[in-house]
Amino acid sequence: MFSQIYEITAMNVRNIGSRIGSSSVIVVGIAGVVAVLVGLLSMATGFNMVLESSSLPNRAIVMRDGTNGELSSNLGIEEFNILSRMEGIELASGELYVIADIPKKETGSPANLVFRGMRQAGLDIRPEFQIVAGRRFEPGRNELVAGVMAAAEFAGLEIGSEIDFRESNWRIVGHFEAQGGAYESEVWADLAVVQSSFRRPGSITSARVLLEDPAQAEAINERIQADPRLDLRLETEAQFYASQGEQRAALINTFGYGVAFLMAIGAVFAALNTMYTAVSTRTVEIAILRALGFGGVPLVFSVMIEALLLAVLGGILGGVVVYLLFDGYTASTLNSGSFSQVAFDFAVTPELLRLGITWALVLGVIGGLFPAVRAARLPITTALRGE
Amino acid sequence: MAIVECRDVEKQFVKGRETVEVLTGINLDIEEGDFLALMGPSGSGKTTLLNLIGGLDHPTSGLIRVGGSDLNELSGRALAKWRSVHVGFIFQFYNLLPVLNAQRNVELPLLLTNLSRAQRQKNAAIALEIVGLTDRAKHKPGELSGGQQQRVAIARAIVADPKLLVCDEPTGDLDRETADEILGLLEILNRDHRKTVIVVTHDPKAAGHAKKILHMDKGKLVEEAIV
Ligand SMILES: Nc1ncnc2c1ncn2[C@@H]1O[C@H](COP(=O)(O)OP(=O)(O)OP(=O)(O)O)[C@@H](O)[C@H]1O
Ligand SMILES: [Mg+2]
Repeated sequence: MFSQIYEITAMNVRNIGSRIGSSSVIVVGIAGVVAVLVGLLSMATGFNMVLESSSLPNRAIVMRDGTNGELSSNLGIEEFNILSRMEGIELASGELYVIADIPKKETGSPANLVFRGMRQAGLDIRPEFQIVAGRRFEPGRNELVAGVMAAAEFAGLEIGSEIDFRESNWRIVGHFEAQGGAYESEVWADLAVVQSSFRRPGSITSARVLLEDPAQAEAINERIQADPRLDLRLETEAQFYASQGEQRAALINTFGYGVAFLMAIGAVFAALNTMYTAVSTRTVEIAILRALGFGGVPLVFSVMIEALLLAVLGGILGGVVVYLLFDGYTASTLNSGSFSQVAFDFAVTPELLRLGITWALVLGVIGGLFPAVRAARLPITTALRGE
Repeated sequence: MAIVECRDVEKQFVKGRETVEVLTGINLDIEEGDFLALMGPSGSGKTTLLNLIGGLDHPTSGLIRVGGSDLNELSGRALAKWRSVHVGFIFQFYNLLPVLNAQRNVELPLLLTNLSRAQRQKNAAIALEIVGLTDRAKHKPGELSGGQQQRVAIARAIVADPKLLVCDEPTGDLDRETADEILGLLEILNRDHRKTVIVVTHDPKAAGHAKKILHMDKGKLVEEAIV
């Protein structure tokens, strides 16, 4: 039996070239499904990677209790002062998080750009901040530095250019990186200047704090909650971005799987159809082999092995295409929590490629098994009469 | 000794609610070394009977013994194995595998044996030589004429050296001259290689090559004529 499987499979594989038509339809069909699936999921993966690299373990974010994003939060001066003197907090940076409408480079239509005002502490608290071109903004001046992702996505953020919003004029003096994190999609300036330009004197929306011990985050939050003067909540950045990212990644995942699922259903039927045709052109062939004394089971196995080989080929092809087209391709998304754009790269990871190949195999099994079993179960005499 | 014995063989096909009586009591003995032509109108059950004798299908009732084996007692893999050893099939439309060249088509039945690769190739070459196609061994069916394809099919039928050849309208798709060549080849196999041959045919001239002609009508054997 195994020798039969081996002989027939070897024969079929040697002759894949002779059936280049039906074989390539299967390969291309499955490549398409895998490409779409891996492409969509690489989006979610890339987005999560940005959010993960935005956080430091000992950095936390403090916002008004009950708010779910920096935009809707606000902190009183007194609250901030109490917070910055709390035990276990090494450094605190009060920040004003606002949004400006800036045209995007590609489309020209305005989109939300995060504008963050901060003092020197804001830079000290973010060691990943690094000027890659130009210089830092100077206190008291209408100067801003743009994250590299923001500079790439939005128009008018080149170093030396000037840009107007809210009746004030800003000069771009530098570009910065932040280890690929979400900050790279923001622009930063001096807190006092942002406060006056956006007509929010003295106001801060949130605080970043550096914890002496990351393990203390929960305890400090409990003390904040217990303090009647503070109506605030402290979350580590990891928690904050995880919850922000979860919503988004969940959305992309659902969307990705949804679309991929629909496409997969379509593709399964297309694959079933092509395989049915491919295998039913072999119904007679299979009947001939059975008449000559080959067993039905070895024939089904060998057709399956061939289908799986073609499917894997399709999976690899689809994966390679997505990898070449999309890996590192930059996209941006409106963050529902903060209404701001976060730019991210598609990340075609090995796990996704493995997932794609797995899907290809599943399609191969479904598409190959049914017609093969059908062909092998058809009475030989009926199959041979079918000419 | 009879190589084929049929006793009260009946065959019905169920099509939906209808039952079609195709064979209604066939009794037949075919001696070893015989060359038998089976004639009769279309739909009379010739192919059905041939398929039963070749072990491609089971009768609804009755006994079929071929080469001493009761075919009713064999099924599935055992029957497939039996066919590969005892019967060679030749069909009207040749039924070669289009992707394989002549040599490999002929080798197919030997994949079910324990022969070494070299031995398989040697036996296939001998079979091709018998049918006179040595120079076409590397050609695929699509590159061969109808008569040549049928020769390849005959080589495939004899390569495992079965005692019985069953041929269903082997010349039905060929012109007169080619048909005569194929029938001549079957005669040689019968005479020189001691194969028992059963040929289903519509062509009286083709039947003329046989030692014995049987007529079928409406599922019965109606008369027997010795040539
Ligand atoms: N698998 C099947 N299912 C249903 N009916 C069948 C089947 N095989 C044969 N028949 C019917 O049995 C009858 C005899 O068929 P068979 O093929 O044996 O005839 P035949 O004598 O070989 O005819 P022909 O000369 O046209 O080849 C026909 O009416 C045919 O429709
Ligand atoms: Mg017939």
